[in-house]
Amino acid sequence: MTETTRRTLLGATLIAAPLAAPALAQPRWPVRPVQMLCPWAAGGGTDAVLRIIAAILEKDLGQPFNVVNRTGGSGVVGHAAIAQANPDGYTLGMLTAEICMLHWQGLTEITYKNYTPLGLMNNDPPGIQVNASSPYRDVKALADAIKASRPGQMKASGTGQGGIWHLALAGWLGAMGLPANHVRWVPSNGAAPAMQDLAAGGLDFTTNSVVEARAMLDAGRARSLAVMAGERITAFPNIPTLKEAMGIDYQTGAWRGIAGPPGIPAEARSTMDAALDRAFKSKEYQDFLNARGFGLVYANAADFGKFMEQADASLGNAMKAAGLAKAT
Amino acid sequence: MTELLEGARLVAAPDVLIAILASAIYGLVVGSLPGLSATMATALLVPVTFWLSPIAAIATIITASAMAIFSGDIPGCLLRIPGTPASAAYTNEAYALTRKGQAELALGAGLWFSAIGGIVGTLSLVLMAPLLAEVALSFSTYEYFWLAFLGLMCATLVARSSPIKAIASMLLGLLIACIGMENPAGTPRFTFGVPDLLGGIEVIPALVGVFAVSEVMRAMVTAEPPKLPRRKFGSILANQWTLTKKYQWPMWRGNVIGIIIGVLPGAGADMAAWVSYATSKKFSKEPEKFGTGHPEGLVEASASNNASLASGWVPSLLFGIPGDTITAIAIGVLYMKGLNPGPTLFTENARSMYALYIIFILANIIMIPLGIMMIRMASLVLRAPRAGIMPLILLLCAVGSFATGNNLFAVLLVGLFGILGFVMERNGYPVAALVLGIVMGSMVEQNFITSLIKSDGDVMPFIERPVSSVLAALTFGALLWPLGVWIWNRTQGRRLPASGAAE
Repeated sequence: MTETTRRTLLGATLIAAPLAAPALAQPRWPVRPVQMLCPWAAGGGTDAVLRIIAAILEKDLGQPFNVVNRTGGSGVVGHAAIAQANPDGYTLGMLTAEICMLHWQGLTEITYKNYTPLGLMNNDPPGIQVNASSPYRDVKALADAIKASRPGQMKASGTGQGGIWHLALAGWLGAMGLPANHVRWVPSNGAAPAMQDLAAGGLDFTTNSVVEARAMLDAGRARSLAVMAGERITAFPNIPTLKEAMGIDYQTGAWRGIAGPPGIPAEARSTMDAALDRAFKSKEYQDFLNARGFGLVYANAADFGKFMEQADASLGNAMKAAGLAKAT
Repeated sequence: MTELLEGARLVAAPDVLIAILASAIYGLVVGSLPGLSATMATALLVPVTFWLSPIAAIATIITASAMAIFSGDIPGCLLRIPGTPASAAYTNEAYALTRKGQAELALGAGLWFSAIGGIVGTLSLVLMAPLLAEVALSFSTYEYFWLAFLGLMCATLVARSSPIKAIASMLLGLLIACIGMENPAGTPRFTFGVPDLLGGIEVIPALVGVFAVSEVMRAMVTAEPPKLPRRKFGSILANQWTLTKKYQWPMWRGNVIGIIIGVLPGAGADMAAWVSYATSKKFSKEPEKFGTGHPEGLVEASASNNASLASGWVPSLLFGIPGDTITAIAIGVLYMKGLNPGPTLFTENARSMYALYIIFILANIIMIPLGIMMIRMASLVLRAPRAGIMPLILLLCAVGSFATGNNLFAVLLVGLFGILGFVMERNGYPVAALVLGIVMGSMVEQNFITSLIKSDGDVMPFIERPVSSVLAALTFGALLWPLGVWIWNRTQGRRLPASGAAE
């Protein structure tokens, strides 16, 4: 009897030992594949950036990082899925600037506070593009023309009503001391149709990101006058910043960062924080983003949290100024 | 020229070649099975295209649809059941030839003239599209509004059902397009607080439901087609050259009619075949032979339905306005793969366009050897039990729609649209008009609203700009056409005293 008990005990310890070991020591993360949720469709810019990050993390951390596109509801569905995922560290995802806009529009309850920020990986600042034959040679000339124009006389586009580039326009006008609707916003189905309409002469300027304007810029059908960023974009070194060109320090952008649900294990958080730092600095990531024209901006886990807090306040102000916010 | 070579290099990639071959076989099999249309073959391919490069993805759609349109002739000829609706126009004719012991001639004509039609249609795409692209680059929202509106009018004009039902279908499609917040005001509409509806009804699940699930449902309520007796075929392509020379004019007329119908939004291969068969009979020197196993109509209609396939890509690639139901699905794939339709596709992405042309030509050339193999194996393929195929298709619909967004809501949508498509078809409402309404509803609204914003509420630019005035005139012509026909019929009817008294 005692013999059996002893043996059973011994056996139990032997079996339990490898299972218990990681729990007793510092738990290692990741020990199994990690799911990375993308709130936007496969083939888009967010998807492309997340996939390159996932590929680098997979090599670095030795576990598969699987990108899963959870689309729908203009990003609401995917962002909610990340916030509400099991906080075991094995479901993470990519947040985009929309997370600091959707709740102001009253479309979701979820804000940036519902996540564990892990790292800001990219920011595409808006440019100010005009038709190639436009009389405005630099952004100062355009700004003077805007100030001299009747309210609503000039037309701009770049995305849908209340989209990130609409807010960029509202913010820029605000920084010049003009009301947000001084230039009329023409909603479009994304940046590509807006650039096409700019080339066809239907608009005065667009405020979508420079990378989205790239095709028309390369074709010589449009010119980019300035970029609303702290410094020039690596891939477009000839475009001055707003500050350089007209002394207004206004910056915004469509940013993307990695985050998880609240309360993920500390080990997962610290490992990801360091791994994302390595991934951002890797040649592979830098080359990929430069080739696509995406803006290279990084912030670690703690700074990404602060960045989102600022972005949320700034976008909220722009939305209130443009009369787009429903929530207060 | 370098771009042509670049395009050839894109097509020569192993993944593209494998995709072409695999989708060719897939298209031939699906097209030959009665009840499974070419549109459905395309819809089921969409989830597969996720894992393919952009060129390979487009290649599968081009190849599978071309093969399926030809392959639909096989059961039509041997069993008198069209494999796809595009073969329905000449099924009786082909079957009559088989009964006369000339099955080889009928099948060979289907194959040979399908390939010729496909190649001529491609040439029309190669010649027309870049020319139109130059013009289209100067199109603003005013012109796009008229184009989209014209497309909607065409959908109702060419429907082979009553215009009232076609308009009703189209309006239902427009209503569905209203759902979500992807509208000019960015305001959620008809979302009932459901977050999944905020992004609107996605086109791909709607199309998979309407074209695939509803066809499975239809198969459940119709009798199983009879088994094909095993038979030996003689030479398939013998005598085709004689036919080509003898019926040269009908063949060219079929090609041209197919191209024109393909370009019209909403009208596709089945419409092309019906119209071509009818014109062939009308202009034939021996119309009395039609229906008794006479190859003339076969020649013209086979060429026509395949020609319409290629030219259907012209408005799709240039304006994002689908030329038929197959390209309605292809547009969704183009967007997914970052090849957004628009004139800039031709100026900035010329090598992808050349690759696309080469795929079209290639698909129509390999159609001949693969088609002959398919004809020889037809009795084997047509033996596949429907009870095994239909559940498989339903499963593919569910898995495929889930894969698009990893969202169960899409699967629900597929089911709902399947039921909608089934009920509509049963009651004679054309689904093609519904699909066009869904695909183009937001385009019409977006361009109308943005045009008004740009002109500060002035409607004059809609008719002042030279191109938009022409498009406006065409649109009103299309709008008033059914009314004109109705008045014409009424005034003609007045001559009969009886109908006058009834009034």
